[in-house]
Amino acid sequence: MSVSVLEAKDVTTFLGRGAAQVHALRDVNLSLRGGELTVLMGPSGSGKTTLLSVLGCMLAPTSGTVRVCGQTADGTDAEALAKLRRDHVGFVFQSYHLFPTLTAAENVQVALDVRGIHGEEAQAKSRAALERVGLAHKTGSYPLALSGGEQQRIAIARAIVSDPSAILADEPTAALDAGNGQAIMRILAEIAKDPARGVLVVTHDSRVMSFADRIIHIEDGRLVGDERGSADAAKMRTEPLSGRRV
Amino acid sequence: MPLNLTLASRNLFHDRLRFVATMVGIVFSVVLVMVQMGLYLGFGRMVTTVIDHTSADLWVMRHGTKCFEDPSLLSASKQTRVAATAGVAEAIPLVIGFSGWILPSGEITPVFVVGSDLQTLKPWNVTEGTVEALSAPGAVAVDRSYFERLGVSGIGSKADIRGHPVSVAVVTDGIRSFTTTPYIFSEMSRARTYTGIPSTMASYMLVKLSPGADLEHVRRDLQASLPDSDVLTSAEFRERSRSYWLFGTGAGAALFAGAILGIIVGTVIVGQTLYSSTKDHLDEFATLRAMGSSHGYIYSVIIYQALLNAVIGFGLATLIGFAVVRFTMSSALPVLLTPPLILAMLALTVIMCVASALAAIFRVLRVDPVMVFTR
Repeated sequence: MSVSVLEAKDVTTFLGRGAAQVHALRDVNLSLRGGELTVLMGPSGSGKTTLLSVLGCMLAPTSGTVRVCGQTADGTDAEALAKLRRDHVGFVFQSYHLFPTLTAAENVQVALDVRGIHGEEAQAKSRAALERVGLAHKTGSYPLALSGGEQQRIAIARAIVSDPSAILADEPTAALDAGNGQAIMRILAEIAKDPARGVLVVTHDSRVMSFADRIIHIEDGRLVGDERGSADAAKMRTEPLSGRRV
Repeated sequence: MPLNLTLASRNLFHDRLRFVATMVGIVFSVVLVMVQMGLYLGFGRMVTTVIDHTSADLWVMRHGTKCFEDPSLLSASKQTRVAATAGVAEAIPLVIGFSGWILPSGEITPVFVVGSDLQTLKPWNVTEGTVEALSAPGAVAVDRSYFERLGVSGIGSKADIRGHPVSVAVVTDGIRSFTTTPYIFSEMSRARTYTGIPSTMASYMLVKLSPGADLEHVRRDLQASLPDSDVLTSAEFRERSRSYWLFGTGAGAALFAGAILGIIVGTVIVGQTLYSSTKDHLDEFATLRAMGSSHGYIYSVIIYQALLNAVIGFGLATLIGFAVVRFTMSSALPVLLTPPLILAMLALTVIMCVASALAAIFRVLRVDPVMVFTR
């Protein structure tokens, strides 16, 4: 049975104050399991990004509990939340958020630098991560000299280089054409094969469904659907019974 | 190079216009402070230059004398009493005073006459002639930098002081007065003639101690026997003169005010550019924060930028400072850059730039990592 890397229990979140207050999440219960690529889908304003922020320990829920690799995020201050992210979570953003003045390799190394890993060890890990996303030949390139697909692959390399338990991707294919979007999803699906690592992809893009092991639907801050994806079905067809999740 | 320093430097140099604006601000500020403080030091040294070149252990002067140029006189009869004090080897009168130098053209220019025994105080930096030549009747020493003002061209040039003919016998280089009034060195008795100070009076009594005499002890004895006089060591008289000219006249306050203005201008300009640079890179700081970086890591990027600004700005400012020193070297008021002043300026620049980073740090403190999802 795969482990739960991220867990939300009875999570409720209000955003804003007074008349502008929004009930963004309502009693959300969710467990992101290792070895799975989970897709979170929902219309605009349904609470996808808020849920991603809460699961990624960037936003404290108004009530409920979030656990990351068994560690609770409740009641911890901003620095402690940052440490949880540093230790367990990698992010991939829609608009990449690469550092334009750093090379591809340096962009990846930043994720190690903030974790106190420097020098040759960081360089080797950065090279390996870039190799994994097929950009070993672009280590010295600056982001602005690369295509959108290549930039997103650097962002993925940056997210995985510190070997986090959870990868949270916010609309990773939204700014890409179909071909690049498929390539990115293939990489994320490959990453999600590691049983110790769960990948959560927030998207509007129905083309990514074929890569999902699990699809969760959210509407008005509530989880309204949780189904197995076609990738999971394909796995079930190819994996022995003992390898399946329950 | 650590990656946070790489990020800091690349971001700093990436926006060249802002970097140039920052540099202009820092260089302007540091040069202003450096020149003001250099003037302060130069002024401080210049107002005591004659005291510095007098080999007296103690100075006896009229009570309340403010500085070396003070025209107060004391009775020459004190020389006997001073010389008779235990521990005193020698008491030498010194005569100083303003007078009028009459050029061959008939024009009169003020001069400051210094008359001594030509041993305890004698002209220094002699480039032409010898100090012994000042024993000749009418012989005076003048500085090369005042040739034009005094209408002379070198050894043998003639002029008049208060109707008494004088001849240039010694030429010096670099003995300049901050008052811009040329120093004229001569033998003491003739200095009395040039200044009109009678033989019964003197400006100072220079005291040389006997070998082994206790300075403080002798001073106490002298002070007790001369209640209407001040008895100071050279260091004390130097400090009194410096304090008078720098603070008694307001000149020092003006220099300090200029320096403080420079610090304020520099801090504001660097603070402004660092803040706007930080604001422009908020996405990057939010990304770092989202990746789990500590606040300390983010601060280090900003502080590195501030330090880089400081080091580069200080380097440029120091080059300009040395050019100013060279340019003012032979002026009436040279700017003096001493190693302690340069080190102090480096420390000040670093403090100024790091203090300037505070606004940027407070801004980054409010960065919400969630913003990476909305941009």
